[in-house]
Amino acid sequence: MKISIGEKLVTYLVLGIFAAIALIPLLGVVVTAVTPSGGSGGFHIPDTIDLGNFVEAWNRGHFANYLLSSVIVTITVVVVTTVLSVLAGFAFARLRFFGSNIVFFVILAGLLLPAEAFIIPLYYNLRSAHVTDTYWALILPQIAQSLAFGIFWMRNQFMSFPGEVIEAARLDGATDLRTLWQIVVPPSTPSIMTMCLLISMWTWNEFLIPLVMVSRDELRTAPLGLAFFQGQHATDYSLLAAAGIIIAAPIVVLYFFLQRRFISGMLGGISSR
Amino acid sequence: MTVTTRETSSESRKTGAASSRTRRRRLASWKAFLYVVPALAFSLTFLIVPTLQTAWYSLYDWNGLSAATWVGFSNYLDIFQDEQLRDSFLHVGTLVVFYSFVPIAIALLLTMVISRAHALRGMSFFRTVLFLPQVIASVVVATTWLSIYSPNGMLNTALRAIGLDSLTRVWLGDFTTALVSVGFVGTWLNVGLCLVLFLSGVGNVQPELFEAARLDGANSFQEFFGITLPALRGQIVVALTLTVVSSLKTFDLVYITTRGGPGNSTSVPAYEAYSRAFNSGQVGSAASVAVVLTLGILIITALIGRLQPKETE
Repeated sequence: MKISIGEKLVTYLVLGIFAAIALIPLLGVVVTAVTPSGGSGGFHIPDTIDLGNFVEAWNRGHFANYLLSSVIVTITVVVVTTVLSVLAGFAFARLRFFGSNIVFFVILAGLLLPAEAFIIPLYYNLRSAHVTDTYWALILPQIAQSLAFGIFWMRNQFMSFPGEVIEAARLDGATDLRTLWQIVVPPSTPSIMTMCLLISMWTWNEFLIPLVMVSRDELRTAPLGLAFFQGQHATDYSLLAAAGIIIAAPIVVLYFFLQRRFISGMLGGISSR
Repeated sequence: MTVTTRETSSESRKTGAASSRTRRRRLASWKAFLYVVPALAFSLTFLIVPTLQTAWYSLYDWNGLSAATWVGFSNYLDIFQDEQLRDSFLHVGTLVVFYSFVPIAIALLLTMVISRAHALRGMSFFRTVLFLPQVIASVVVATTWLSIYSPNGMLNTALRAIGLDSLTRVWLGDFTTALVSVGFVGTWLNVGLCLVLFLSGVGNVQPELFEAARLDGANSFQEFFGITLPALRGQIVVALTLTVVSSLKTFDLVYITTRGGPGNSTSVPAYEAYSRAFNSGQVGSAASVAVVLTLGILIITALIGRLQPKETE
């Protein structure tokens, strides 16, 4: 299909304008972050680039500590969710068992419930179990939330897996578990990777659960740390911008390398709900 | 498929030799259940049971410490009577416009103009940039806009630079502009999402359709309403669901930028539920807000879902 030069120009112009709208606030953050802090104030293009804000934010804001918490929580949530989603997704897609519809519906409810629906009693339940103010209070509820998405995602993946291959493995005497790990999982790795990426992003960026569940400084995750830092340095925008970049960077870097997966996963996962 | 297997199993029950097969099937069924038990346990313990407890909490007056008193539905009546709570639900209406309707309208309009963008070089670059706001932590987005809206921030600086000094203000501190300023962040977040979604939807339309329409002398309006819009129905439903639900759930942005202020002008249900439960010791009232918010989200999701065409491509 031929596209006229005029149409091309208009298209690039429109895309360019909206790309700029998306980027300008973010570029503003980068500019603010390298503007020497504590000057006359106000947004301006600085004469000198000052990376000292990153050092200062890092040291004053305990961000090494917050990032470590985020890494611990994110990795645990992703690993546990992946294993359990693969198992359950396989059962829902390929095994028949009593009550599978009801169980699937219960787990699916987790996709629709907003965190506000359960966070208040969950806090009191976990507090009486002496779990609040530990990593577990951050990890366990987020596994539960991620599982809803993960199981749905893996079930769709496994349902499109050719049934004859599974039947053949069964006829050869392979157990279900063996069939799953040796026949079904290896070719599904790309889809499992996409799921891991999305769950990493959601867990890394989560704010409400850490806000409610922990009060000890060393347990704070990166976004909670930033909110706390903002409370202390409310108008030092250079420091805040530097801290924001530190927190957003890991996911943004992943995104630039794997943008196709992020976009197709987020749009595909949601539209198939 | 299922029908035939059911028939064989009922037939096999009659013969003695098959009784062991039935037993094996029951065993298999029991084993299959083990695959989902951990996930079910997580879901029940951390999501489902607490959600039911929220409904239970909402019938009590409780400050989180001392004994709770049964108050029936009076917490729910408060949602209508208490001005602060009622306003928080009304504010969501404004946010839906900014988070959902405006971005979808803008994205549809743009899709009409650039319906063949997906075929152009460099589209993957534009897609990456347009989608970028979606992957940035909401807390970082919030601090970014806090800085943009600040008295000497990017927005006021830009207004002064073009001689519009009279328009400058403390955007998030002004009763008339605070809610709109919060809403605009949602527009910024979601325009790219909707555009990426719609452009990919148009990319799925067979190019022959457009060519045939052009040969028949259709102008771009007719082309848009005749081909593009019907083809995008599925994507529009997805965009509506995503953006409306995200506007109803607005919390992080309000918590970081305004804490519901100035006065009560940017309070939203999710923020009210949080602050009542964990700051001001009105756990029962917070739970009732959470219940109404949850029901609202479930009902709206279901209603929007009914717009979904039966055959999605």
